[in-house]
Amino acid sequence: MEIALAEERIESERALVARARSGDRRAFGELVNRYMQRAYYAALGLIGSHEDALDLSQEAFARAFRARASLDPDRPFYAWLYQIVRRLCFNFLRDRSTRRRRLDEATPWLVQEAGVRAAQSDPAKIAERAELRAMVQAAIEKLPDREREVLVLKEFEGLRYREIAELLNVPIGTVMSRLYYARKDLAEHLGEGS
Amino acid sequence: MSEREALPGDERVRQLLMSALDGELTGRERQELESLLNADSSLRDEWDRLTRVKEVTQSMSLRKPPDEVWEDYWASVYSRLERGIAWILVSIGLIVLVSYGAWRGVEELIADAGLPWFLKGAILATTVGLVVLFVSVLREKLFVRGRDPYKEIQR
Repeated sequence: MEIALAEERIESERALVARARSGDRRAFGELVNRYMQRAYYAALGLIGSHEDALDLSQEAFARAFRARASLDPDRPFYAWLYQIVRRLCFNFLRDRSTRRRRLDEATPWLVQEAGVRAAQSDPAKIAERAELRAMVQAAIEKLPDREREVLVLKEFEGLRYREIAELLNVPIGTVMSRLYYARKDLAEHLGEGS
Repeated sequence: MSEREALPGDERVRQLLMSALDGELTGRERQELESLLNADSSLRDEWDRLTRVKEVTQSMSLRKPPDEVWEDYWASVYSRLERGIAWILVSIGLIVLVSYGAWRGVEELIADAGLPWFLKGAILATTVGLVVLFVSVLREKLFVRGRDPYKEIQR
């Protein structure tokens, strides 16, 4: 049953991509609605700012439509779109002025899971967890871009190694290696290193 | 897994650690990791630190934006597409208008009998130079664009 649904979804996406490729904005709009959340969260994990993540993910869709001639209906749309999102984000991060702006922003982009929040009623514990969240967020922001990217895809988007490898077009071993160094760096930033 | 088993020591251990943390370990690999951890206390310490990091990151998620963001999302993308087309039209119009104005201006100056010959020559040289520069830049852009697989992405 699940396989049939997945195949149906792939088939409908193929049809949408083929229509979008020929300039059909309605079909492209459906693709946007289908993937806007993933694109936004991918940008948020890389950039760490709601406004910028929204702006960059929307810009990625706009550029995707302009580049629709290179769309391949036989390949997953999101994997192609993600390449645009990540490049926009990496270019954004390289810009010194935006980096400074990013550091000035105080809005947290990470939150505790609802289950964890609900389980805590002690104010001291809540404060402690909030402090830990801020530390983790700061530590993740200090990671090199590529390590951070893999960590976000694994931990916050819940992708499997194979899915990350396909998205980034790298071997699974590279994914695991980047993830190892990201976690090691994180442990050190959090003061848990040796 | 055979690809992983062929890896050199450190790389193999790192991959076993990550697979164990993320629940992607096979039964045989679990046994292998256990024996490695039992034989090496520093590796055990590292495993404990990584486990703690995993617990911490697992207890967090990305902040959700307000629901209105999703309602207006496609409209914002659509506006960007419209603006892109508007900019192209404005640019084409301006290029044509400026080129025509410049051409008429140069034509009048050259036709002016009172203008010294060296000034006419300078105007002509400047005009031809600008045209050559424009064509050269345009050709380069088109050439690079035709071969760059990320042409729409990095600009």
